Formats: sequence, C-alpha cells, structure tokens
Amino acid sequence: MKLSGWGRYPVHTTALCRPRTPEALQAELADGPVIARGNGRAYGDSAVAQGRTVQMRHFSHMISFDDATGVLVAEAGVLLGDVITAFLSRGWFPPVTPGTKFVTLGGMIAADVHGKNHHKDGSFGSFVDWIELMGPDGVIKRCSPRRNKELFEWTLGGMGLTGVILRAAIRLRPVESAWIRQTTRALPNLEAAIEAFEAADEATYSVAWIDCLSKGDQLGRSLLMLGEHAAGDDLKKSRKKRPFEVPVKSKRTIPFDAPGLALNRFTVRAFNRLYYWNGTRKAGTTLVDWDSYFYPLDAILGWNRIYGRRGFMQFQCALPLETSAEGLKALLEATSAAGAGSFLAVLKRFGAQESRFSFPMAGYTLALDFPVNRTTLQLMERLDAITLAHQGRFYLAKDSRMSAQTLRSSDTRVSDFEAMRAAGGLPARFHSKQSERLSL
Amino acid sequence: MSKGAVLILGATSDIGLAVAHRFAGLGHPVQLAARDAAGLEATRTDMALRHNVEVTTHAFDALALESHAGFIDALPELPRIAVCAVGLMGEQSENEADMERAVRVMRSNYEGPASIFGHLANRFAARGSGALVGISSVAGLRGRATNYIYGSAKAGFTAYLSGLRNRLAGEGVHVLTVLPGFVATRMTEDLELPEKLTAEPEEVADAIEAALRKGRNIIYVRKIWWGIMTIICNIPERIFKGMKI
Ligand SMILES: Cc1cc2nc3c(=O)[nH]c(=O)nc-3n(C[C@H](O)[C@H](O)[C@H](O)COP(=O)(O)OP(=O)(O)OC[C@H]3O[C@@H](n4cnc5c(N)ncnc54)[C@H](O)[C@@H]3O)c2cc1C
Ligand SMILES: NC(=O)c1ccc[n+]([C@@H]2O[C@H](COP(=O)([O-])OP(=O)(O)OC[C@H]3O[C@@H](n4cnc5c(N)ncnc54)[C@H](OP(=O)(O)O)[C@@H]3O)[C@@H](O)[C@H]2O)c1
Repeated sequence: MKLSGWGRYPVHTTALCRPRTPEALQAELADGPVIARGNGRAYGDSAVAQGRTVQMRHFSHMISFDDATGVLVAEAGVLLGDVITAFLSRGWFPPVTPGTKFVTLGGMIAADVHGKNHHKDGSFGSFVDWIELMGPDGVIKRCSPRRNKELFEWTLGGMGLTGVILRAAIRLRPVESAWIRQTTRALPNLEAAIEAFEAADEATYSVAWIDCLSKGDQLGRSLLMLGEHAAGDDLKKSRKKRPFEVPVKSKRTIPFDAPGLALNRFTVRAFNRLYYWNGTRKAGTTLVDWDSYFYPLDAILGWNRIYGRRGFMQFQCALPLETSAEGLKALLEATSAAGAGSFLAVLKRFGAQESRFSFPMAGYTLALDFPVNRTTLQLMERLDAITLAHQGRFYLAKDSRMSAQTLRSSDTRVSDFEAMRAAGGLPARFHSKQSERLSL
Repeated sequence: MSKGAVLILGATSDIGLAVAHRFAGLGHPVQLAARDAAGLEATRTDMALRHNVEVTTHAFDALALESHAGFIDALPELPRIAVCAVGLMGEQSENEADMERAVRVMRSNYEGPASIFGHLANRFAARGSGALVGISSVAGLRGRATNYIYGSAKAGFTAYLSGLRNRLAGEGVHVLTVLPGFVATRMTEDLELPEKLTAEPEEVADAIEAALRKGRNIIYVRKIWWGIMTIICNIPERIFKGMKI
C-alpha cells in the first residue's frame, strides 16, 4: 500500500503488517528489515520502510498504574490521548507532550519528543523509567538508565532504528485541574520575543507563534503564550467542584483534499494578521482547557489535507543559545523573502539536554510548515545552510527531504550512531526510508 | 445510579472489543466472553484501567449449545445489553470443497448466535427489559458466488433477529440488527478493501451506541452500504446469476 507521514510527502509503497503478539512481531523481524510505525504523526518518512512497515497500534494495552507515584506501564501502541482520557480525571497529566495527542508512546520515545516545558523539564525521555525493546534477534530486553543503559539511551531519539519498543513505564505528573492559566503577550519583533522568553524562564510552559511574513523592524513579531497548570483555587466556583471536567467540543473534519492553492501567500498573510490582532485583544491571563491549550489543531481532524494532494513539509531546527538571535533572524528573513508562507511558525526555548541522539539542545527551536513545491524545496535548502552556519541541528521527526551530508555536517553524533548500529547488526533488521536517505 | 452491564460475546474480535470500550467509557460494567477467557486477561486489565469500571471475563463457545444456559447463570448479573460479535468467514473456496467447514461456518454465524440470543431473549423478556445487538452482515442480503456460505448463515441470523424484534417489541426488549459493510478487522486483514467503503471498528461501536440510544432497529454503519445493497438486491435474478461480484 501507499504510505507517508503526517505531511503526506513523500509517499512510498510498502507492505503494512499489523502484528498482535510479540511472537508475530518476531516472525516479521526474521523475514528481513522493517521499521516500526506508531500513529504516523512524524511528518516525513521516519515511519515508512522500503519493503515492510510494522504498525504497532495493536500493542495498545495499559498494564498497570500506580496511584501513589503516577507510574503508568503500557504497551507502545497506546495513544497519548487515551492516557489523558484515562488519568486526567484522576489528577495526572503527561509530563511532556507534543502539539498533538494522536501520537503513540512508542513514537514519543523513539523521537524523544519535547513540549512547551522543555526549558524546565527536559524531553519525554526524562520521564521514561524503562522500556522493553525487541532487538534484531527477536529477543526482548528491559532497558533503563541502569540496565542496558546504552541501548536505552540510543533508543531515546533513535527513530525506531535500534529495535521495536514493546512496553514502557512512564511517570505522569500530578495536576489539580484540567485547566491551564494562560498569559498571552504580543511582541513587536524577534528581539522582544527572545527577551520575553528569557524573562519567562520560570514559566512551566512557553511557546511563541510567529507571523513569519513580517519584515524589517517587525521581523518575528509574535505572540508569546505562557502557561501554568491551574490549581483548584484558580477555578471559578462553579468549576471547583469538578476541576477535571471541561466542556465537550465538536470535532470538525477536513473531508477532502483542499487544492494546493488554498494556502497561497495571501491567505497565509491574512491568517497571520488575524491571529496576531486577535491575540493582542485577548492579551492577559485566561483559563484555557487542556485540549484547546495543548492541542488546538487536534480539533480539526485531518487538517493535514488543507495543503492539498502534494502534501507539506515542516522545517524544524534547534540553534545553540549563543547563535540563536542571529540564526533565527536569518531563518525568518529567508522565509519572509521567499514569500513562500508558513501556516505555522512556532518558536520554543530549549533547556540543556545531554543525550546520545535526541534533538533538543540548550537554545531555541523554530518550526515552519510549507506546502511542497519547487520554491519551498529550494527555500528549505537555504534554511538548512543557515542552520549549519549557526551550529544548529535538525529534528528527524519532522524531516522529509534533508540530505545525508547536511545531517552529518550538523551533528557529530551521527557517526557514533552509525557505528553503534553497525556493531549491533541493526541495519540488516531496522531501516526506514529516512534512514536510507540519511544513510543512518 | 449504576449503569447496566454490557455482555460482549466474541470479545476477542476487533468489533466486539471496540464496542466494549465504548460502553466501558460510558461507565457500564462490562462482561467479556470468548472461547479463550484466559487470553482476555490483558484486555480486562487494560479496560479496567482506562475506564475505571468493573470488567469480568467468561469462557464462551458459541458452538457448545448445551453450555449456553449455564453460561448465562454464571454471569455476575443478567446484562442490560448483550452484543454478539461472534462470526466465522473462512475461505469460500474451502467452504465449497469441504462440507464440514461449510457447516462450521453456518453454525458459527447462525446456530450458535441464535441459540445464545434465544436464551437471553427469554430472560430479558421475563425481566421486561434489555437490548440484544446482533452483528450480522450485508453479505446476508443476497447470496453471491464469492461468499454465499457465510452469507447464507448471516441471512439466517438477520431473519432470526427480525423475528425476535417482532416478538419482543411489546415486552420492553429491543433488538438491534447491525449490517456493517466492510470493517477493517482481523477477519478482513488480508483483503484489499476500498477505503471509502471500509469502517473502523470504532465507527461500528459508535454507530451501535447511537442506534441503541435512538431505538433504531437496523443499521448499516456507513450509509453508502444501504445504497449499494439496495441496488444489488434489485438486480433481476436472470441478470444477477451471470454477474461476477
Ligand atoms: C500537529 C503535530 C504537532 C507536533 N508537535 C510536536 C512537538 O511539539 N514536539 C515534538 O517533539 N514533536 C512534535 N510532533 C512530532 C511527533 O510528536 C513525533 O513525530 C512522534 O514521534 C509521532 O509519534 P507516532 O506515534 O505518530 O510515531 P510515528 O510517526 O508513527 O513514528 C515516528 C518514529 O517513531 C518510531 N516508532 C514509533 N513507534 C515505535 C515503536 N513502538 N518502537 C520503536 N520505534 C517506534 C518510528 O520508527 C519513527 O521513526 C508533532 C507532530 C504533529 C503532527
Ligand atoms: N470485518 C468485516 O468486514 C465484517 C463485516 C460484516 C460483519 N462482520 C461481523 O462482525 C463480527 C465481528 O467480526 P470481526 O470483523 O471483528 O472479526 P473477528 O476478529 O474474526 O471476529 C470473530 C469473532 O468470533 C469469535 N468466534 C468465532 N467462532 C466462535 C465460537 N465458536 N465461539 C465463540 N466465539 C467465536 C472469534 O473468537 P476467537 O478469538 O475465539 O476466534 C472472534 O472473536 C462477526 O460476526 C463478523 O461476521 C464483520
């Protein structure tokens, strides 16, 4: 069948197998190389293999939960959204969450995902007590910061290339309500945005949306959104009695492939303006329910279709603190000059992170969405070059087109990753279209 | 007020499982029944964790007719809703060649489900309440060369459900016939199914929950199947017999 990531680009032909037991998975491995696939929310080709792709959604049992510590043991195919549904009402929330709840625990570990709280809490990997990993020989190993430590560390951010994660123990965080106290600040340009981020390092959550078509003095004008889990006392009287209940929202579905033109530079500009002014008017502190705060896009099912049949790409890089201001400016200038538009431009602050192959590093991360066409593909190469010139690196969970050379120039850890793969006999058992393209 | 229990017959099936999750999510205690009750343990734990409801597991073989009455007696309570997702499709070519296989398909889709529903119907009628949900199939609406062994058994089950509904209409017991078109499950895993015509098990579960709430009698899950089947059923037999569909 034809399969792609969330960006619907590139599309590859693969056989999708759906094992239901570890034995069935072992049999798949014995037949030659595969890649594990969670819920297909990585943008590019990380979870698609030449040959066979192993869909992990049938491994979706929750196994145990400890009310005292918040430790959940579950199979890798469990969706983050289901974890929230099950445990938020009991006072627990994911310690780190990406911008969609439709991801699996396995996918979150393999990409070592980050949230709006990375500057405070680190990546998802810091909340994983252990994993059970099926290796190239079909043997299942328990890996943790103490046991099979190296394998554990390589698997965080290892993009499915170290084996198949079957189960994991993760630590949820206690919360008093399902609400977030959000403070929004409109910032006139990039400099002001960075200053505001630095001043807000105590905030649990911080993220900025950037109008990426603004130019000159206004380059990088943005809305910074800070958030805290609301305490019971922050809620209105009527809500205090049921702090974990939020109003039910209707879901909208994008039923067909919108034409690629729907997002030309004018509609993008209009969208950004609207967003900016709307936000300015609402500036100040408001209470927002968890779903609207963390997952605004999830309310529109299948929104990846608005970019039309040709699909879209995301560019996401991280820049070290020292070069962030300059590098971000260059990235935004190049984007603005190309006029190629980006529906979503998101800026986040990363805290320090030591890891074998994960994406985050102390500094800033910028993410931009583009429809796929010749102009944007060229623009992405320029963005690659700017990132390299500022000692930045790229997020594999978003990548769909980078070259092996670019990756190597960005990250000295790549050769260690390759050596580890070779030593473990991994290339013969685990590969994706991405790992082939990047020669990992 | 506590909600009534929901019994799932064929709880290892993807559709049965999705229905169980749907009702457990609404706070109903769930009784999971399948041939291999021990194999349901992981599902039981998962469901109880996710939905914070009581989940029990029970051994049930649709073909062991003599065990059916005792099976119901052993349940923790007589359920409010019973859903039968038991079914067996097999390979048409094998079913044609081997009558033992054919009879097994017939019994698994008709005789077994009808027997257990017969027992449940009598008890629900005596109590004066309850709902029976039979998962039959559009394959039962017209026999086709490619699938008539399975189809004929489903036809029998569909007619049986219709008769039960008629009989129990005045007795406070509701009967819902579900005629899903293609559903992406273990049963159809190896078939290439057209995406627009194929429902996810969760869709079937949502449709069943909504249909029970609204007191509907017969549902098709994806509405397009009503149209397709209306056309198929109206093709004159002399033309139909020469067709390959
Ligand atoms: C709207 C949106 C917002 C996002 N926001 C963020 C964000 O804020 N921060 C962030 O970090 N990411 C973000 N992402 C990216 C997303 O979190 C990651 O791509 C994540 O890995 C997707 O999980 P998945 O289950 O869909 O995995 P897939 O996309 O199916 O797979 C992703 C990778 O994980 C591997 N994998 C999956 N399951 C297993 C397993 N069981 N064993 C071994 N390897 C496995 C695959 O091989 C692949 O390499 C976002 C994505 C979207 C669509
Ligand atoms: N998938 C479709 O496209 C489709 C379309 C229309 C209707 N249906 C119907 O939907 C129902 C559920 O099927 P499914 O698609 O979810 O496929 P499935 O996973 O193959 O389900 C069949 C179920 O029937 C059970 N079963 C078979 N014989 C049994 C017996 N003698 N006693 C007890 N249980 C028995 C199986 O249990 P074991 O695990 O013990 O084998 C399994 O749980 C079936 O009635 C099927 O005919 C399916």
